[in-house]
Amino acid sequence: MRESRDWVPLIGCQHCDSVVLEPWVPDGGSATCLRCGGTLFRRQRQTVEFTLAMAVSAAILLVVANVYPFLAFELQGQATETTLVSGVVALWEQGQFAVSALVFLTTVLAPASQVLLLLYVLAPIHLEWPSWGAATAFRWVEHFRPWSMMEVFLIGIFVALVKLRDMAEIMPGLALWAFVLLIPTLAAALAFLDAEVVWRRIEEAK
Amino acid sequence: MSAPSPALGGLHAQCQTCSLVMSMTMEALGERIGCSRCGGMIHHRKPNSLTRTWALLIAAGICYVPANFYPIMQVTSFGYKQSDTIISGVIYLFQHGSWPLAFIVFVASVVVPVLKVILLSSLVISVQRRSQWRPRDRARLYRIVEVIGRWSMVDVYVVTILVALVHLGTMATIAVEQGAIFFGAVVVLTLLAAQSFDPRLIWDQIEDSDD
Repeated sequence: MRESRDWVPLIGCQHCDSVVLEPWVPDGGSATCLRCGGTLFRRQRQTVEFTLAMAVSAAILLVVANVYPFLAFELQGQATETTLVSGVVALWEQGQFAVSALVFLTTVLAPASQVLLLLYVLAPIHLEWPSWGAATAFRWVEHFRPWSMMEVFLIGIFVALVKLRDMAEIMPGLALWAFVLLIPTLAAALAFLDAEVVWRRIEEAK
Repeated sequence: MSAPSPALGGLHAQCQTCSLVMSMTMEALGERIGCSRCGGMIHHRKPNSLTRTWALLIAAGICYVPANFYPIMQVTSFGYKQSDTIISGVIYLFQHGSWPLAFIVFVASVVVPVLKVILLSSLVISVQRRSQWRPRDRARLYRIVEVIGRWSMVDVYVVTILVALVHLGTMATIAVEQGAIFFGAVVVLTLLAAQSFDPRLIWDQIEDSDD
C-alpha cells in the first residue's frame, strides 16, 4: 500500500468515491464532483487565520452563553432564572438521564468541543508552534459536526417562549444574545475551514 | 461485489474523515487499515452499511409509535394536571395563533422522522436491487436526508427549556414523560442510520459510460 499523494495530487469524492486529479480552484471557489454533483472541496484564502479568528470569538461567546442566565421567568412574583446547563440538570434530577445526556451532547458538549479543538489545532499551525495530537483533535472536529445542534435549540427557545407567553413574563438574558451570535460564528468558522489545507499542514508538522 | 470505480486507474480507498486517497491492493480491501494522515479507520466501504442502516431504521420506526402515542410532558398547575403529546403541542401552537411555529414543529417532529425513514429505506432498497435509476438524484436525496434530520430535535429542546424554567412548586411544574425518551431515541436512531448508510454504494452499480 502506498500513499497516492506522494506523487500525484489525487483527490477523491466523499460522496461517490470517484478519483480525480486535483483541479485548480480560485480562492473562495469550490469544486463539484462531475459524477455525483457533490462538493469536492472549497478553497479559502487564509483559511487557518479566518477560522482561528472565528473560533476565538466563538470561545468567548461560549463562555458568556454558559455563565450568564439564559431566560428569566416570572409568575406572580416568583421568579426563576435558567442557564444553558440548568435544563440539562433539571432533566437529570427528574431521572431522565438519556434525554439529559442527549441535550447536553448536542447543545453544550459538541459545540464547545468543536470550538476548543479548532483552537487546539489551528493556533499552533498559525503560530508555527509544535503540537501534539493535532490529527486526532482535528478528526474529532469532524466527528462532532452532526451532533452540534445549536440552531435547532434556538428554534426550541422560540417555541418555548410562545408556549409560556400567556402564562408568565419571560425575559431574555445576556446568554441568549451570546447564543444567537454564537450560532453564525461557529457556522462561519466551519464554513471557511478548508480541511484539506489543515490536514496538509498537520502532515507537514509531523 | 463490484470493483471500485477505476478512475485514474488502480484500486483505491478513501479516508471518510480527512478524504486522503490511498492506493490499495485487492487483499487489503477487507482489512482494517488506519489512515496515514489522520489516524482514523479507512474503509473501502462502510462495514455492513446496509444491514446496520436497516437495523437502525427498523428500531427508529418502532420507537416512532410510542413517541407520538405517549405524552412528552406533564404540566402540573395548582393540582391540575395536563399531559401533552407532540401532536397536542402542535395543536396548541396553532390555536394560539402562532401557525408559522406550529408548522415548523409539525414538519420537524412529525413529517421529518417519517420522511427520513422512508427516504433512507428507499435508498437502501435501491442499492440492494442494484438500481441504475438516476444515481445523481439519489445521491442528492441522501445529502438532503443528512441535513434535515437534526431539526427533529426541536421538541426535545422545548421540553428541556420548559422543565428548566417552570419549577415553581405547587403553582406550576413541568415534568418530562416517557414519550420524550422515545422521541429522542427516534432522532438519534435516524441520525445514526443516515451515518451508517454509505452513499458510495449507490455508484458501485453504475456503469460510468452513461455520464
